[in-house]
Amino acid sequence: MSSRLPTGGTRLDRSRPVTISIDGQDVPAFVGDTLASALLGSDVRLVSAGIYSGRPRGVMGVGAEESNAFVQVTSGPGEPMVRATELEVHEGLSVERIAGRGWLPEGIDHTRYDKVWAHCEVLVVGGGEAGVTAALEAAARGVRVVVCDDRPALTDARAGELVSHPDVRVLTRTTVVGAHDHHHLVAVERRTDHLGDDAPPDVARRRLWHVKAAEVVLATGTQERPLVFPDNDRPGVMLAGAAATYVRRYGVLPGHRGVVWVAHDDGLADAVALADAGVELLVVADVRTTVTPALADALAERGVPLVLGAEVVGTDGDDDGFLYRVHLRGPDGVVVHDVDLLAVSGGLNPAVQLWSQAGGKLAWSTEAAGFVPAAPPPDAAYPLSVVGSALTGATGAVTAPATFFCGDVDDADAARVYLDPQRDATLADVRHAHLAGLTSVEHVKRFTTIGTASDQGRGFGVLTVGVLAQVLGRPVTEVGTTTYRPPYTPLPFGLLAGRDRGALSDPVRVTAMHDRHLAAGVPLEDVGQWKRPWYFPQRGESMHDAVLRECRAVREDVGMMDASTLGKIVCHGADVGEMLDRVYTGLMSSLKVGKVRYGVMCSPDGMVADDGTVARLSDDEWLLTTTTGNAASVLDTLEEWQQTEWPDLDARFTSVTEQWAVVALAGPRSRDVLAGLAPDLDVSAEGFAFMEWRDATVAGLPVRVMRISFSGELAYELHVPAAWGGALWDAVASAGGVTPYGTETMHVLRAEKGYPIVGQDTDGTVTPVDLGMAWAISPKKVREGRDFVGARSLVRDESNRPDRRHLVGLVPVDGSTAIAEGSQLVDAGADLAAVPVPMHGHVTSAYASVALGTPFALALLDGGRDRLGEELDAVDLRVPVRVRVTEPVPYDPEGERRDG
Amino acid sequence: MRTSERLPGHPDFLWATADPKSSYDVVVVGGGGHGLATAYYLAANHGITNVAVIEKGWLAGGNMARNTTIIRSNYLWDESAGIYEHSLGLWEGLEEELDCEILFSQRGVMNVAHSLGDVREGRRRVNANQLNGIDAQWLEPDEVGKLAPVLDVTDRPRYPVMGATFQPRGGIAKHDYVAWGYARAAAALGVDIIQDCEVQGFETDGDTVTAVKTSRGRIACGRLALCAAGHSGVLASQLGVRLPVQSHPLQALVSELLDQVLDTVVMSNAVHVYVSQAHKGELVMGAGVDAHLGYGQRGSFHVIEEQMAAAVELFPVFARAHVLRTWAGIVDVTPDASPIVGHLAQWANAYVNCGWGTGGFKATPGIGSVFADTVAHEAPHRLAEPYALDRFVSGRLIDEHGAAAVAH
Repeated sequence: MSSRLPTGGTRLDRSRPVTISIDGQDVPAFVGDTLASALLGSDVRLVSAGIYSGRPRGVMGVGAEESNAFVQVTSGPGEPMVRATELEVHEGLSVERIAGRGWLPEGIDHTRYDKVWAHCEVLVVGGGEAGVTAALEAAARGVRVVVCDDRPALTDARAGELVSHPDVRVLTRTTVVGAHDHHHLVAVERRTDHLGDDAPPDVARRRLWHVKAAEVVLATGTQERPLVFPDNDRPGVMLAGAAATYVRRYGVLPGHRGVVWVAHDDGLADAVALADAGVELLVVADVRTTVTPALADALAERGVPLVLGAEVVGTDGDDDGFLYRVHLRGPDGVVVHDVDLLAVSGGLNPAVQLWSQAGGKLAWSTEAAGFVPAAPPPDAAYPLSVVGSALTGATGAVTAPATFFCGDVDDADAARVYLDPQRDATLADVRHAHLAGLTSVEHVKRFTTIGTASDQGRGFGVLTVGVLAQVLGRPVTEVGTTTYRPPYTPLPFGLLAGRDRGALSDPVRVTAMHDRHLAAGVPLEDVGQWKRPWYFPQRGESMHDAVLRECRAVREDVGMMDASTLGKIVCHGADVGEMLDRVYTGLMSSLKVGKVRYGVMCSPDGMVADDGTVARLSDDEWLLTTTTGNAASVLDTLEEWQQTEWPDLDARFTSVTEQWAVVALAGPRSRDVLAGLAPDLDVSAEGFAFMEWRDATVAGLPVRVMRISFSGELAYELHVPAAWGGALWDAVASAGGVTPYGTETMHVLRAEKGYPIVGQDTDGTVTPVDLGMAWAISPKKVREGRDFVGARSLVRDESNRPDRRHLVGLVPVDGSTAIAEGSQLVDAGADLAAVPVPMHGHVTSAYASVALGTPFALALLDGGRDRLGEELDAVDLRVPVRVRVTEPVPYDPEGERRDG
Repeated sequence: MRTSERLPGHPDFLWATADPKSSYDVVVVGGGGHGLATAYYLAANHGITNVAVIEKGWLAGGNMARNTTIIRSNYLWDESAGIYEHSLGLWEGLEEELDCEILFSQRGVMNVAHSLGDVREGRRRVNANQLNGIDAQWLEPDEVGKLAPVLDVTDRPRYPVMGATFQPRGGIAKHDYVAWGYARAAAALGVDIIQDCEVQGFETDGDTVTAVKTSRGRIACGRLALCAAGHSGVLASQLGVRLPVQSHPLQALVSELLDQVLDTVVMSNAVHVYVSQAHKGELVMGAGVDAHLGYGQRGSFHVIEEQMAAAVELFPVFARAHVLRTWAGIVDVTPDASPIVGHLAQWANAYVNCGWGTGGFKATPGIGSVFADTVAHEAPHRLAEPYALDRFVSGRLIDEHGAAAVAH
């Protein structure tokens, strides 16, 4: 029987009783309780069950070392697998018992999770005595200090001094979970979990702290570990230090009649505390044969018998499986005691997880019977030190660990010696692993699953190493530990996602004209992060009809589109021309101010990586445009080459994609429209030739006009500072009869002209020659042997095989059946059931075409340029369409329409 | 309280720890899945049993222990489809072959499309798969939702699901069980499995590698087979060969055990998340490759944060799950994202198998058998031929970057 004492409990606010429930059963508690202390205070001993065995399990520990008592929280937003020893109660808290496995509540978790960044000279992890001392010392040096402690409040007498210090930030209910490279530590702060419905709505439930600290001090203390024996998992078996802590912190008596079995002096001190609290201790047993006399005396004063050289060899359970008898073997044989509490303590493990995560080595300390921090990380990028008990572990620990690593249990009993209760893994499993030939602790961990549960081996990990050492007949130092990996305690996915959810999960980029598009109710297409108008339907119009109408308008009249998403990079410097010669396949350095040139970039393997235009704005200022999707990667590429290979070149690159809005004006009437908007601009074919740019005043706005066409029609691109993008759009739209069109029409128009889209008609395996763009490779550069990215690859035999895939056009033989993008091209009439069916290429783009009067497609086809007129089957989802291979420029192949 | 079913147990005996002999017909460097499978097939298919697998750490403790165990063969190019489909065929008979449980679960693998470009590439790959005889389907969003009800197929997410490719025969297996199964079967055929044995250099004579110098002494070799994944570049450089391989950290993580909510494998390259719910109930997830190069088996925390944001966006119910453990492996990435298999440059008796990047686990049986055949016959197996090292000179690349099939 456990029960609540009438007084005491340093964390309790006895003036604030609350009611919680477990499996629908109400349990009284006080503010300040954890779920574990509340349950123990009401003698609710069953908290969970073995995942496979179904054996009843209770509370063993008092903190992060707990490996049994995990519950499903069903109140509030709900949460699976929450550790009862760290779950603070609040009115209305409701939990359910689970057997080692939780569940995900349905529905979206609307909880607010935030992320915060902090910088400091010293981060102190742990606000106990050693941590407070370290923090005050650092603060006295006048540097910024952050102290993280996972408890609700600091209890050290100097806490007030620390909290009020102007250079110190104390974060309570905050657990440092990760020690990463580059001075980067990650912590989680629980802000409102303990408040339940009283949580202020404007306070994030949890915060993930990213702390950059010049120096880290680990004052993480220790974690108690148990001793093991057959049937060590019964409710009623607890850690001795935890049992004493329940008395002190929560005014909870963890049992009325008990046996204490320990292996170090701190455990004996806990026994004294339990006796003082009113637990009737039948006997205190110690693994050791000698103990500190003062502690022996203290027990004797209280009339508690102390048996040395003793060990628990088993327990019995009542009908529910709860502890009611302990079998204790001492020098005089086995004695059976009737009890409701067996408090055990095998030692105090230094909490070395963060040290280990940061790359710090561990050493087995015989004095502490535990792994303690050894050498600092060999490649430590920042000072990392350990202070306090985290450095030393237990005091007066046993020096010969044979007994407490449970060596002589027979095989039948070994199956009930639990080394990972949450995984129901036992000593028998370790022995099985050994018999199977395994010798590495990592293998044994995987074989037995010990240490893989929610406590990640904090409870039993070191014991398992000891057990394994014993099984292998090797010293503990040779066995070593498994690697401690982040996070130290489990982190909710939602917390890691933070605010990056829904619309914020990736930035939405919109153009300066976006509000116009929204007002027009235009369907939007996701193009990377951008939202682009897909097509501009009139009332009741289908996409198909809208696109045909928009295409017709551009071919026969005039259209406008928002081309603002084009990547735009301004280049400055005396050597930009040389730089561009090295990254484009064409010759750029010869470009005159006022002119524009089309360019292709290859990757080093000679494959097309991007295309766009290059405009020379002045002697040392150039403007590049890139595809929408590659704007960032082209800038990266330029900077990488310049910084790593050609630092001697005077060239600097600046992204101006967002700084400029662009309206494309296309169609035979575009010159007239432009002339009307820019009366001072000479728009004549002679005065403003194809591939030239001009600064002009258009509709009263300062516009850079480029005569460029992506449709084959007479066309202009109007570049304006983004702030005037909306005004320019409005001006062009109201110029009279200009049809707005979207990305789909743009795709159709360019495909009719055989203009490839990088990333759609190419896939990283296509050279400029494959695209029929050998002309884009400067013959002068090739002749003079000037290098450019991809040059070497383009002259390899493999790049010039006649059967390479070429860009071609396709039309359906029946003149009407649509061809699907992604179709594979096979021999006409091929038996599709006779797999593998040889494939000769695939369809990259396919559209209906008002200009051609037939559906058409672009495709990459093996040796395609030599197969014009050939018939093939284009197969999509096993359905063939008979197609004929055509030139890749189905519309206006002579380019007569370009000049209007 | 509802209890769970235990996973099938392990065989009573796995493998005996061997000490190195002075000489072997074949020395396989790297005791991961590929090395163990290679050794097994050398013995089982070619009768070559005087074989050592040397491993610098603990067996199968590198990428084999760190991957997310996804198995599929729905690759775009014929060369890739060839090796991965061969592998999938072997997976389907592997429990019988090795006579032990590997928890191979053909629960299907879904690659989700989030843009018109994804849809186009997905359809292209499905069509190529179908014509290559590989089971592949195209799923519309509602069909995606039926197979994975916790995947949000509404238009709420930032990048809504626009369809998916699906390979029903794909799935997962238990990585440790696979590695140990190969080790057990190889050891039973006489292969020596030697752990804690680090390569420190090589001895050569003309164009022949005569011995491997290790932390446990000199081991003479008739033939040398390198299967060292992220460390292949380091080994090859000791033989004067510079491999076109870059080694990056790749992170993964698991949650606690949760009731089953996801019955298939879901991958999204566009938002960088791939997830399955393993046999015990934990969510197993992988992230994108860390951009930096290195051999440290730890990655950047922000990559995990981005991955979780993507996961929660696609699977809103995952918000309440917890990350229990994260880790990183070292993936060896080639310029075309396809492996290197075959002769190690000028060395007459040395062979290399590396460059599998993020996708090596699923290839384990396939490459084991193909690489063993290559080493046994001293000539590339038909399925290995396209993966010769000299393709980076000739330019005959097998570029899986371009298609959505690139990852995992």
